[in-house]
Amino acid sequence: MTVDSTDIERRQFLTGTAAVLGGLGAGVAAIPFVSTFQPSERAKAIGAPVEANIDQIEPGQRVTYKWRGKPVWIIRRTEEQLAALEQMRDILADPDSTSSVQPEFAENSWRSLNQEYLVLVGICTHLGCSPSFRPLAGDVVMGADSVGGFYCPCHGSKFDLSGRVYAGVPAPTNMDVPPYKFLNESRILIGELAEGEGA
Amino acid sequence: MSKVVKNLTGLRDWVDARFPLMQLWNEHVGQYYAPKNFNFWYYFGVLSLVVLVIQIVTGIWLVMNYKPDAEFAFASVEYIMRDVDWGWLIRYMHSTGASFFFIVIYLHMFRGIMYGSYRKPRELIWVLGMCLYLALMAEAFFGYLLPWGQMSYWGAQVIISLFGAIPVVGETLSLWIRGDYVVSDITLNRFFAFHVIALPFAIAGLVLLHILALHHVGSNNPDGIDIKANKDPAGKPLDGIPFHPYYTIKDAPAIVGLLILMSIVIFFAPEMGGYFLEHNNFVPADPLKTPEHIAPVWYFTPFYSILRANTINFFMVPAKLWGVIFMGLGTMAFFLLPWLDRGKVRSIRYRGWIYKTALSIFVVSFLILGYLGLLPPTPGRTAVAQVCTILYFLFFLLMPFYTKWDKTKPVPERVT
Ligand code: HEM
Ligand code: FES
Repeated sequence: MTVDSTDIERRQFLTGTAAVLGGLGAGVAAIPFVSTFQPSERAKAIGAPVEANIDQIEPGQRVTYKWRGKPVWIIRRTEEQLAALEQMRDILADPDSTSSVQPEFAENSWRSLNQEYLVLVGICTHLGCSPSFRPLAGDVVMGADSVGGFYCPCHGSKFDLSGRVYAGVPAPTNMDVPPYKFLNESRILIGELAEGEGA
Repeated sequence: MSKVVKNLTGLRDWVDARFPLMQLWNEHVGQYYAPKNFNFWYYFGVLSLVVLVIQIVTGIWLVMNYKPDAEFAFASVEYIMRDVDWGWLIRYMHSTGASFFFIVIYLHMFRGIMYGSYRKPRELIWVLGMCLYLALMAEAFFGYLLPWGQMSYWGAQVIISLFGAIPVVGETLSLWIRGDYVVSDITLNRFFAFHVIALPFAIAGLVLLHILALHHVGSNNPDGIDIKANKDPAGKPLDGIPFHPYYTIKDAPAIVGLLILMSIVIFFAPEMGGYFLEHNNFVPADPLKTPEHIAPVWYFTPFYSILRANTINFFMVPAKLWGVIFMGLGTMAFFLLPWLDRGKVRSIRYRGWIYKTALSIFVVSFLILGYLGLLPPTPGRTAVAQVCTILYFLFFLLMPFYTKWDKTKPVPERVT
């Protein structure tokens, strides 16, 4: 080998290894930048359970609480509304709530601990809008033969008065039921299950 | 007088000895030969540049009084509107500029499609242009959260949730974008960083590359023929004229025209009946209540309609995921145009009836989708949107065939 000739193979090897190692280094350096995007410790900590009073709710009324930044609804259903839940089966996508996010006690048509009081995360399972409460039978947007429910204004998903999704709308699953428990007759704690309840 | 000129020339020569000033000027302006048959449609590149400058300047001034904090953001925008001298004007220039940006960009893109400007050797100009289009959409989306109104909040909620539809990683990804379990102050802060720093830099850089690529291969023209094929003995294209003074002069009135149109909107209809600034965005963000009717700003509605048109589960994929897939494909499909088009000619002037029909159907579907995206969904409207979505995609899917089968007309040697 003369002094000023170039060893091409050696040069390519060096360029290749330098590129690979440099690429790895850049990849590792990106980790902290990517990680700052994750929820911070403070954001994670703001998930404390919320207490709610239910003795002031009239039959057919809804109240809204804020839990983890999301709306949580408590709806006191009337006798007729509860009775109608069973007849909804044919127009629902998942009447038995087999693929919903919910505690075990909600795997039935009323989806709550106490049949009368429905506790629901008020967020549409499609793209996260908050549906509007349409409690009256024959509501225009819910359809003339409906017995009331929830209607999502964003892309038209419909849910019954247990938060179960209608078939043929964009939302894929029933609305979430949050973990909650009764503290006494008139108070519930949203965000925590009672001892022995499964999630 | 002559002394001033002499001093200025002296200064220029001093700089030129140290920086390629005249070389840059000549390459990109003074000696840049553009086809002499540019028409109305060739205004929109320059007009995009003008709007970009307006957005950057007004944006800097807005940041001087805006507060990227969920608690103060809405009030700081109201403060700009009411208490800062001329603040309303700066803000309306920026909000009107955003809509005008998309108006000129859509016309600019349509020009590219009509005259086959994306075809060889201008594929990269087109691809860089598409990157600009995506960057602009991101810029508009991030900016829309900043006033922290009801539409800001719920619009961001819906768009970020779109990523949640991606199997397996979706939920983690949308959590990562938000930085919180719901759209919050944290989200607002990072969107602010993207809107005022990251994307403006990216857009400026892409514009530079876009124009460098254009000047490397030279502009196309309404006849879609290569002006470099016919040169005079000095090597100048016979059908070309120097950009300056010919096109600088031609563009100047177009810029004035644009500024007049923008002023009319800014001074007489800054909200444009709710299309440029949506009514619900004058209500502060409320994470507990979605407005009765939400729709994106007009420039996103065609894609939003495609999203909503997906109400059927098929191939075991839920409708929600199909919606996201088709919306994504609907935007990205334009990237492929240079390789889908098999026609023998570039310009629509020499294409046959098949291509003209296909393009017309596409444009009409695009407009109908855009219109439907502004309205609340009903079963009838959803059905129309589904038909238009299919027509929209057929334009791309069938392009290799109809452009090939189409009977084209002979292309002239020289521009007409
Ligand atoms: C910030 C956004 C943009 C700016 C500032 C910009 C600027 C320009 C300018 C100044 C020209 C030359 C003048 C003209 O032909 O009108 C041009 C040409 C062109 N642009 Fe853009 N552009 C932008 C976005 C886009 C987009 C989104 C596309 C398409 C996806 C695109 C595709 C093209 C093509 C194909 C040409 C060459 C046209 C021809 O030679 O016939 N541009 N652009
Ligand atoms: S977010 Fe409720 S239907 Fe889309």
